[in-house]
Amino acid sequence: MAHSSFTAGIVAGRLDASAYDANFSDLHPAMDDHTALVAADRCYFCHDAPCITACPTDIDIPLFIRQIATGTPDAAAKTILTQNIMGGMCARVCPTETLCEEACVREAAEGKPVLIGQLQRYATDHLQGQGVHPFERAAATGKKIAVVGAGPAGLSCAHRLAMLGHDVEVLDARARPGGLNEYGIAAYKTPEGFAQAEVDWLLQIGGIALHHDKALGRDVSLAKLQAEYDAVFLGMGLGGVNGLSVEGGDKSGVLDAVDFIADLRQASDVAALPVGRDVVVIGGGMTAVDAALQAKLLGALNVTLAYRRGRDRMNASVFEQDLAASHGVRIMTHVVPVAVHGNGSVTEIEFEYVNADMSGTGESVRVPADQVLRAIGQTLEGDGLPDLSGGKIAVNGAGRTSVDGVWAGGDCASGGDDLTVTAVAEGRDAAMDMHSVLMGAA
Amino acid sequence: MADLTSDFLGIKSPNPFWLASAPPTDKEYNVRRAFEAGWGGVVWKTLGEEGPPVVNVNGPRYGAIYGADRRLLGLNNIELITDRDLYTNLEEIKRVKADYPDRALIVSIMVPCEEESWKAILPLVEETGADGIELNFGCPHGMSERGMGAAVGQVPEYIEMVTRWCKQYYSKPVIVKLTPNITDIRKPAAAAKAGGADAVSLINTINSITSVNLDSMSPEPSIDGRGSHGGYCGPAVKPIAMSMVSEIARGADTRGLPISGIGGITTWRDAAEFITLGCGNVQVCTAAMTYGFKVVQEMISGLSEWMDEKGYTSIEDFKGAAVPNVTDWQYLNLNYVAKAKINQDLCISCGRCFAACEDTSHQAISMSEDRVFEVIDAECVACNLCVNVCPVEACITMEEMAAGAVDPRTGLEVQAHPADWTTHPNNPAAVKAAE
Repeated sequence: MAHSSFTAGIVAGRLDASAYDANFSDLHPAMDDHTALVAADRCYFCHDAPCITACPTDIDIPLFIRQIATGTPDAAAKTILTQNIMGGMCARVCPTETLCEEACVREAAEGKPVLIGQLQRYATDHLQGQGVHPFERAAATGKKIAVVGAGPAGLSCAHRLAMLGHDVEVLDARARPGGLNEYGIAAYKTPEGFAQAEVDWLLQIGGIALHHDKALGRDVSLAKLQAEYDAVFLGMGLGGVNGLSVEGGDKSGVLDAVDFIADLRQASDVAALPVGRDVVVIGGGMTAVDAALQAKLLGALNVTLAYRRGRDRMNASVFEQDLAASHGVRIMTHVVPVAVHGNGSVTEIEFEYVNADMSGTGESVRVPADQVLRAIGQTLEGDGLPDLSGGKIAVNGAGRTSVDGVWAGGDCASGGDDLTVTAVAEGRDAAMDMHSVLMGAA
Repeated sequence: MADLTSDFLGIKSPNPFWLASAPPTDKEYNVRRAFEAGWGGVVWKTLGEEGPPVVNVNGPRYGAIYGADRRLLGLNNIELITDRDLYTNLEEIKRVKADYPDRALIVSIMVPCEEESWKAILPLVEETGADGIELNFGCPHGMSERGMGAAVGQVPEYIEMVTRWCKQYYSKPVIVKLTPNITDIRKPAAAAKAGGADAVSLINTINSITSVNLDSMSPEPSIDGRGSHGGYCGPAVKPIAMSMVSEIARGADTRGLPISGIGGITTWRDAAEFITLGCGNVQVCTAAMTYGFKVVQEMISGLSEWMDEKGYTSIEDFKGAAVPNVTDWQYLNLNYVAKAKINQDLCISCGRCFAACEDTSHQAISMSEDRVFEVIDAECVACNLCVNVCPVEACITMEEMAAGAVDPRTGLEVQAHPADWTTHPNNPAAVKAAE
């Protein structure tokens, strides 16, 4: 290796090859049959189970775990995928510690929930590993529907629509489908090309045509889609990124965390990715934590996560925070950036300490930085969209927008937790509503 | 520390835990290991008559039933009596007994139902110095097809006859091991007593098929695609064994007959329960086969600690203590009223009590929006199902209603005096109370 963690500046190859392999391997290795059976045996098969209530897609968790326990993992997978067609990805990326596993009664009983996420992965991997797609399309309806965005919301919507017999065309701005599953999630959560494999598996339903490099507003207008299709679903996510509006915020070495993560996910060799020696990530959400931890895993010597409030207010889950901290990421709280210093390239970032009410304390601190990653929120881009609410497309419960014939879901739509699993639920529910409307039932 | 010394039929052992006649006691090596591990006694695996020994199958001999996490709850076997030469066994028995004079060593025997066969083997066994014999009238598979084992145990007249021969040709205690594969366990026990048996031991294993292989369509354990019923044992059979033991302990014709308890004994608590139902000692097999001989250490420490806690100084102090409380259903107090009570601090809100009660019982548990589960006293018949399905120990309890209180289910006052079915007005055969 040409460099080490001590090398100043933004350079590649800080670690030896085996360290990269270890750092970017599966966060939770797949369960083997025995481990899955032992874990499944712990489920109490609760009545009206709290884990189901806690799941945004309402997966019948006790049922699928019982199906695993009785030796029918493919039946378990069908139970999962019926509710959540991206159950495989959700098993990997869901913050289960704040959803199903937090609600698990064994968390209350012993502080150790049933490992629902890992069991879900065991079941879905078992079925998808055989290349089996368990769903079939209903008789053709003759309806044509456009889906904008091939992320979790769009693909979930497209799959359900195709299953109901509609013909679906999916337009995505990027070169590859998957949305944040492909470009935005930490590499160690979904290694070995799982995101693409899942898309390929999902498309086996048939009736879905995928068009890449087609962005709404750039390559096609909403009006055109409305004219050419029976209905439109908008699930393009948040394409814009909030800038760092402080003195020196445009210096070299300051970049968006989402681009840093996307580059990482698309890299064929992570050892070739440059990373700073002293990396500072600004933000407190999942993107910030994912970027900070991955900078550390790429060999950065010092990684600081700087957040304006306390840890309890961070959108990143406690598990994610602890995971980052356990790898040596320093979490600074109650700081806001006030200036980026350096002659052309960043060398330091200056923060002011702030009180709980965000009022300045007047005291500041400078942190050495040769790379600064902005993770302070993403924004909806585009003109001529349906009415907005809080910067996102306003929707009712089933994803209906202010425009007849146009539905929306996922991160670009109002409501929800901006989680993969929420996007899947919103896409699915919008599809059901679109079907009702198109078929004259509602 | 409590004295665990056991005196069963005059046979002394340092504790009441004996290994039952079974694979673990088939040879000198195992038995020495058992004694070193602390077992109080051993019933040597059943000897057959002189001549070419029996042969066992060369495939699986055991099948199993599991609980959560593959915890072995039930085991069955199709192994026969010892498949080693009679004289080899006799020599080993003699050596082991000489080296462990303080331990009980009983020899299990099964020979054809002919006086000459018993007359031939008994002096040979007597000569080993073993403390007594156990007649295997229980083995339900293989040997029973040859007119031995359970085939004898199912015919009380044969039991009495063979027991009499043994008392005639053998000077030490004779224990008759009973099969549970019979309608009324008191009949063979009474026959053994009539024949002069010093004690009975029970239960032997239960006819069973543990599972069916759904690919080959063969029962398990499968020998080349076919299976035979085997003898079922382990924790799953304990309730059946204890019921049979209690029937003998309180039976008019069998009361007072010493009993060696067998059937699913896995912990000190199981052993204590068998003893309270009238057993003078207990025999263990599946627990040892599952966990090794070391399990006896927990049995010894647990029984000892419990006896200290209760102030019992010897096994005799609590032997049979529960027998007077085993009765017929018709004598149960119908004036006793209890209600289930859920401890909200312990409740983990799994809702299993609700599902069980709502779907399969009396709709006596309410569920709130925020998953608080409460007993509806006006519906609760105190069936205990909620207690049984609750995964948390002592979270749901049965609380007795005090005399004078009104049961909201019936609207009737709880009576202080007991009253049972024999005097109940709904019983057409009720005994009229004296005017």
